[in-house]
Amino acid sequence: MRFPYNEKVLEHFKNPRNVGKIENPDGKAIVGSPACGDMVAVFIKVEPTEHRIIDAKFESYGCASNIATGSIITELAKGKTIEEAKLISWQQASEALGGLPKIKGHCSVLAVEGLREAITNYEEKHGLVKNKEPTTAEVIKRRLKNVMNPITGLDIVRGELVKDIRIENGNVDIYVDLPEAHIFAGNIRDEVKERVETLWDVKKVEIHFNDQ
Amino acid sequence: MPEKTIYMDNAASTRLDKRVLDAMVPFFFDTYAVATSEFGYSMGIEAKEMLEEARVKVSKAMKGSPEELIFTSGDTESSNLALKGVAAALGTKKGKHIITSKIEDFPVLNSAKSLEKSGFKLTYLGVNGDGLIDLGELESAITPETILVSIQHANQEIGTVQDIEAIGSICHGKGTLFHTDATHTFTRLPIETDRMPVDLVTISGHTIHGPKGIGGLFVRKGTPLNKWMDGGYQEFNLRAGLENIPGAVGFAKAIELVTSEENERLKGIRDALIERFLKEITRTTLNGHRTKRIPQNANITFHSVEGESITLHMDMRGIEVSTGSACFSRSLEASHVLMGIGGNHERAHGSIRFSLGRFNDISEVDRVVEAMSEVVTRLRAISPLDKREDEA
Repeated sequence: MRFPYNEKVLEHFKNPRNVGKIENPDGKAIVGSPACGDMVAVFIKVEPTEHRIIDAKFESYGCASNIATGSIITELAKGKTIEEAKLISWQQASEALGGLPKIKGHCSVLAVEGLREAITNYEEKHGLVKNKEPTTAEVIKRRLKNVMNPITGLDIVRGELVKDIRIENGNVDIYVDLPEAHIFAGNIRDEVKERVETLWDVKKVEIHFNDQ
Repeated sequence: MPEKTIYMDNAASTRLDKRVLDAMVPFFFDTYAVATSEFGYSMGIEAKEMLEEARVKVSKAMKGSPEELIFTSGDTESSNLALKGVAAALGTKKGKHIITSKIEDFPVLNSAKSLEKSGFKLTYLGVNGDGLIDLGELESAITPETILVSIQHANQEIGTVQDIEAIGSICHGKGTLFHTDATHTFTRLPIETDRMPVDLVTISGHTIHGPKGIGGLFVRKGTPLNKWMDGGYQEFNLRAGLENIPGAVGFAKAIELVTSEENERLKGIRDALIERFLKEITRTTLNGHRTKRIPQNANITFHSVEGESITLHMDMRGIEVSTGSACFSRSLEASHVLMGIGGNHERAHGSIRFSLGRFNDISEVDRVVEAMSEVVTRLRAISPLDKREDEA
């Protein structure tokens, strides 16, 4: 038998560690999308005095290297402070797995991004963001790059579904070019809210569909 | 003892039939000379006779005459010759427009793209959800400058069979040549050039348990076609290069070994796979047309899971299948066929192709379905998409 990955990667692929969700996580992130292929969700539980990660879990809609990286990265993150965990790189994850094929970098780097975004999410929710840039339409657009329209496989920014973004006194209004009855309207609304509401100076987020 | 490997990637390539090898062996050790003219020496004359006998057999299998069959190195070369050969012959005389579809296999698709770069105008027809082109759209796309329409007989990934008789009639009605890539239908479905309106047909040996490195191009008498590889005057001066006599003999033998009983048997395995996957595994979609389909292909999308993860798990269970997922391909691009029929990556991401051949048996279906069911359940358990959809 001649498999495309080394023994260690295969072992993590067959028996991934830390799989699943954490109920009421202190931080979470979903990165990637069905469009670029792979998608990873990362959940963390953080001890609040030292900001140490006491539990980390992941879910993957991805290929073998994506699953194996999700497994190793959650292992590496556990027990580290968020500052330490932020520094975990793709190279470290790959080394810990005994080496991933370079061409698979883009699938496996997602898990690393997922962990970093889950930490950012934790920081935002707990008022730990140091760099407090005021929220602008650009900041929101960056956030929305991970919200997908599953029908086209494009994110809602590139797919030109975001028609307008208005920000006033912490109230954000986002105008989406879809009817409210669209089958993914609910999903898209929830995802947009989730990603924008945590911004430090945002109080309320409203999504407006094109028939409202 | 690990269980016997189940190989279901026959659309990619097949195991050689031992009887094909037996037929080929004398042409490596006894009659190994180049095919000479009738004024050559004995071994060369004999080699030439055997080559021509193979040509008769292969052309007969598509109801053509031997002068209409050129041996090539395989379907890639055949389709290159068809597209580039017609383009060179008619590009300056008639026009520079060629029509093909978005879901062609790479030999046609990339020949078309390369012609586009050198100044030809290409129309790539889209397909519907089953993978069929729209005949009305084809008809209105043909202009007086159209020199060739190239539409595959059946698709390499989803197995959908196009109505090549109707397509050919439209082309001929408008005075345009018609090429079809029949790599995945030759011997599995009838190709009768004596009554079908086709001008050029690509065929290949390695997909029917013949040797790798041999294929053919049917060229209807009088079809304008320029040679594009320089060398000797072999193959009616259309394809230079030493004739692959063992390959041609093996190809002819491989064709002879395919029977209608075998095709019916494969259809039975195909239908059992499709029926059981759709029934026993939730959230599955059949890719390709349900009935206008080659006997040896089943292609299913297992939603919320990724194809490379599936194929690796299946490989660990001794089952070889392939996927249209980007992660599986060398180019890291999702299958253009699945994108063509579904319009989204999700369809390609979890697609698995089960392609059958002579050495598959109906008794393998249980193991394949059980393994797939287990693997999909396992991967869905860790997928973030699965739960979201269930909640919705």
